[in-house]
Amino acid sequence: MANVAADCAIRVKGLEKSYGDIPVLWGLDLEVDWGELMVLLGANGAGKSTLLRILSTQARPDAGYAEIAGLDVRRRASAVRRQVGVLAHNNFLYDDLTCAENLTYYARLYGLSDPRERALLTLSRLGLSNRADQRTRTLSHGLQKRVAIARAVLHQPRVLLMDEPDSGLDADSVAGLRDTFKEWTAAGGAVLMTTHNSRVASDWADRVGVLANGKVSFTRFYQPSVLPESWEETPAFPAAQR
Amino acid sequence: MTQFLRPVLVVVWKDILLEWRSRDLVISILVFGLLVAVLFNFALNISPQRVTALAPGILWVTFTFTGTLAMNRAFVRDSEQGGLDGLLLAPVSRDAIFLGKALGTFLFMLLVELLLLPVFGVFLNFSILSLSLLLTVVLATLGFALVGTLFSVIAVQTRSREIMLPILFFPVILPVIIGAVEASAASLGIEPGVALTRWWPLLSVFDALFLVVCPWVFGVVVEE
Repeated sequence: MANVAADCAIRVKGLEKSYGDIPVLWGLDLEVDWGELMVLLGANGAGKSTLLRILSTQARPDAGYAEIAGLDVRRRASAVRRQVGVLAHNNFLYDDLTCAENLTYYARLYGLSDPRERALLTLSRLGLSNRADQRTRTLSHGLQKRVAIARAVLHQPRVLLMDEPDSGLDADSVAGLRDTFKEWTAAGGAVLMTTHNSRVASDWADRVGVLANGKVSFTRFYQPSVLPESWEETPAFPAAQR
Repeated sequence: MTQFLRPVLVVVWKDILLEWRSRDLVISILVFGLLVAVLFNFALNISPQRVTALAPGILWVTFTFTGTLAMNRAFVRDSEQGGLDGLLLAPVSRDAIFLGKALGTFLFMLLVELLLLPVFGVFLNFSILSLSLLLTVVLATLGFALVGTLFSVIAVQTRSREIMLPILFFPVILPVIIGAVEASAASLGIEPGVALTRWWPLLSVFDALFLVVCPWVFGVVVEE
């Protein structure tokens, strides 16, 4: 069970991670509150995906501490996995299964009751009812991404970790995704997502952070007048640091 | 127990469904096995007097090669779109995931072997209606599937997985191959009791050892 009394959804302190001799994250501190949608911006290779992989228990930090809903991601990895819904660059779907079969498979893995009904309901909520019996191999990249998002939210996790969920989606799908996330946070869940789209960040986020030099070097409550068209122009992310 | 078995069966169900859809694994290794059987039949002129000496070796060389093909594919579908990551993100034990994958491999291999046995029976002129031979096949295939599944997940993370798997797999599985050949020879010969007393216990011990060690190593391997 998650620690329902946990005062914040995500807490990271002094996180460090290197790949060989190349440090990616160092001294990273971050907190995301319940009901908050936080967007992380950052250049390619800044460590956004690495941070999400550590938070979702897919990678081990070299040092530091990270918790989801009060659960240590290293010591209570299995409990953390039940609390998070993850969208990564791979969609985690099987090409030769239909959308409904893919989600039913994951529903069974998570031990959900009425897995087939749960899968169909989730597809319906994401506007994919008419694709339920279609093999994912036959879907466009954008539709596959929407099915992957359905997979991520299938088990009603309390924290969503989304790596560039808006990439490859058409305008209607992006709007639908924003509504989904808003409903999620309104219900008390938390969302930590990455994007390269500063407009998405400014429109969606309660708080925007910029990941650079191994840490979230710029995090503040969003003020539309402050966030420029290109996030790389922000004072907290000068060219010298790139 | 149900909590542990559920994900095992879910993984097996998924693998069977995927194979039913594509049919690429079972059909390809079955055709490969048939070709090997035909080649051996023409390459070696096996007289009835030499069947006991040669047939078990031919049988298990074929099963080993077809098994390697099956294992090469065991995690390929899971790695293509990150299905293995999705599996590892689920709140289920690594042991259950491993056993689900190994059970799927075991069933696919056993199916192919049971289809190939009559062909070998005809080509090599021996009777497949031998309970001791069938039990030998089951025991050895279980060992193959356990070790093969473990090395398959290691190999799938390397660029040269087709080469890497046999290099890792054959040295470890050698005792099982020896036991399987000897037990099969005894089963086809006049003293099947020898297989029961000597080689089946050996195969069973290796199966039990792999059943304990392989899931544990799998848990270590799939951690970053």
